[in-house]
Amino acid sequence: MCGIAGIFNISEDYSSSPNRFELQKMITMLRHRGPDDYGYYTDTSIGLAHARLSIIDVEGGHQPIHDREKNIWIVFNGEIFNYVELREDLIKDGVVFYSQTDTEVIVYLYKKYGLDFVNHLNGQFSIALWDKVQRRLLLLRDRVGIVPLFYYREGNRLYFASEIKSILPCMSNSPVLNHQALDQILTFWSPVSPNSMFQGVYEVRPGEMILIENSDITQHRYWEWEFPENNKDNYLKGNDAGLADELHDKLVEATKIRLRSDVPVAAYLSGGLDSSALVSIIHHHGNVPLRTFSLGFDDKKLDESNFQQQLINHLGSEHSSITCSSKDISDNFEKTIWHTESTILRTAPTPMMLLSGLVHDNQYKVVLTGEGADEVFGGYDIFKEGKIRQFWAKDSNSNIRPKLLKRLYPYLEINKSNSRAYLEAFFGTGLDNSDVPYFSHLPRWDTTSKSKAFYSDDMKAHLNDEAVSAISDSLHQNISSWHPFNRSQYIEAKSLMANYLLCSQGDRMLMANSVEGRFPFLDHNIIEFANKLDPRLKMKVLNEKYLLKKAMGRYLPGEIINRHKQPYRSPDIPAFFHDKTPSYIMDLLSEQEIKNSGYFDHKKVSILLRKIRAGKAIGYKDNMSFMAILSTQMWHHLFIKNFNNYLN
Amino acid sequence: MEFQNKIRKFILENYLFSEDESLLKNNDSFLETGLIDSTGILEVITFIQDELSITVEDDEMIPENLDSVDNVVSYVSKKLA
Repeated sequence: MCGIAGIFNISEDYSSSPNRFELQKMITMLRHRGPDDYGYYTDTSIGLAHARLSIIDVEGGHQPIHDREKNIWIVFNGEIFNYVELREDLIKDGVVFYSQTDTEVIVYLYKKYGLDFVNHLNGQFSIALWDKVQRRLLLLRDRVGIVPLFYYREGNRLYFASEIKSILPCMSNSPVLNHQALDQILTFWSPVSPNSMFQGVYEVRPGEMILIENSDITQHRYWEWEFPENNKDNYLKGNDAGLADELHDKLVEATKIRLRSDVPVAAYLSGGLDSSALVSIIHHHGNVPLRTFSLGFDDKKLDESNFQQQLINHLGSEHSSITCSSKDISDNFEKTIWHTESTILRTAPTPMMLLSGLVHDNQYKVVLTGEGADEVFGGYDIFKEGKIRQFWAKDSNSNIRPKLLKRLYPYLEINKSNSRAYLEAFFGTGLDNSDVPYFSHLPRWDTTSKSKAFYSDDMKAHLNDEAVSAISDSLHQNISSWHPFNRSQYIEAKSLMANYLLCSQGDRMLMANSVEGRFPFLDHNIIEFANKLDPRLKMKVLNEKYLLKKAMGRYLPGEIINRHKQPYRSPDIPAFFHDKTPSYIMDLLSEQEIKNSGYFDHKKVSILLRKIRAGKAIGYKDNMSFMAILSTQMWHHLFIKNFNNYLN
Repeated sequence: MEFQNKIRKFILENYLFSEDESLLKNNDSFLETGLIDSTGILEVITFIQDELSITVEDDEMIPENLDSVDNVVSYVSKKLA
């Protein structure tokens, strides 16, 4: 991966042409994304800047890259995994390349196919492409949102960059919170796309191309998560074994092309099914040395080292691991928020940043990870929960049906509390409204929203719309015709995955240490295949990722295939209150600082802190509220109150 | 009355994060107001058991006993009688 930035004069205005100094100011904020090289291009209309992490054509890949006539200029962050085949085709057409890069391939694909070039790309990317002759700028992102790209308009100028911190120095006025976006995070864990935490700063949406031509800005969706209308005739035909074989072959191909690199490639190993499957494919088909990295916790309740070790013994990889403590999390929390640029509701990103640090320290720049398999193949508990609640909604008077939830959440002691009233209060949220497309997610959103009890009056006064109406407006027009299971997958992929898992917990934590993540399960060929499967092959009764298990069973020990899925978790409140509690916690949460930022009610925050100090903060609501408040205060401290100090 | 004050303080501090007594009426339904859900009620039960050294039996975990300050007070009064 790399970092890109740029400035564009939307209408021709030669009095304020972008200059090198402005671009330097922007791109130096992204040096963690690309520490190997800087490059610039400027003309009277546009300035492009690039910070490079050299992975393909290490010697010859300096960006911006251009066509032979120097009419097309591009800065590119990411990888085009099928560039080898695309390049061969273009050479047959007579193209003479001056580099070996995938970036140059994009330039000539654009020349050959025009705006359709993007449909030929298999990869993860954010691209700014400048067509000087047509005075046309394209800003686009990969299909699912692996690589970030943001933009901000001020007057005649459009600023764009891989991270928002690169745009902030260009603003005439100090940045301010987008209150609506914070409210959305405290509902869905992430802002509704294209919002960001910063007012006026938006993301290019996953699967979107923004075209700026003749002073007009238009948005084009070139790819979307699509599912068939819910009818068994519309799903892929074939028996389970045949479809599992087909899936296996596609996964092997998706993994192999993600091993293309001019620097060594490694893999993350969590001990769960997805990363184990991935590492096994590399072992059997990769033709590269197997190098793995993993994360453990000193809190044994969260640690999966035993499962990691089982697979390492099974495959014999060269392995390194890091054990994360509470102190590690609190010591690295400021750096975490600097990179997420957003409120987070769990500490989970911080250990991921420490893990990418381990990869970096071992001189690796690229890791393959199993991210995306749960969304694509139906692995999360929320899908099971949705399935049970749908089943329950069909006979909402049943006392037996909701008890299936006990299989899912044994710790909730559902049998202990015999009353339907308490079950309904939690899982029954929206039970009478099972046709809404986001039915499966209502309990989670309801629970997350409890943190809003801490809003200040000022924060409440800034909120106009219900968060749920914003996400509702952004959904696919055909969603109601899809199977409820597919609706859940879609909501999960568009909300939590794109803007939290791939972003705050993914790209940002990898790039903090100049490490590129690659995600075979998110290859669009895999997604498009999986989306056409009968949902019953994703979750057979309550057996999650059924077809993936069947496809990967040939490689993995039974203990890995059959183990109960353990969600990745890290300590939240306990990470900050221990014998070495850092002083910044009480500073950020002091009455004065809470009043200064103005987002939360200081009296309520002080009561929460009292509860925590007394050791009585036990539930997920307390954890989530504390994390929301602390991370928002840290965000304010870094980007609103003190950003100019960082610039200086 | 002493227990009523304690349970009120517990609810105010833990679910409303406030000391403002006017925010909680004794007959407010915890479920209907969204104050307490199925996991929250287990915290309430733990509080009652710890404060009064009684055991809330499985079949007593019903809204009639636990869904408002009045209901809780009435339930524990009967239990202690």
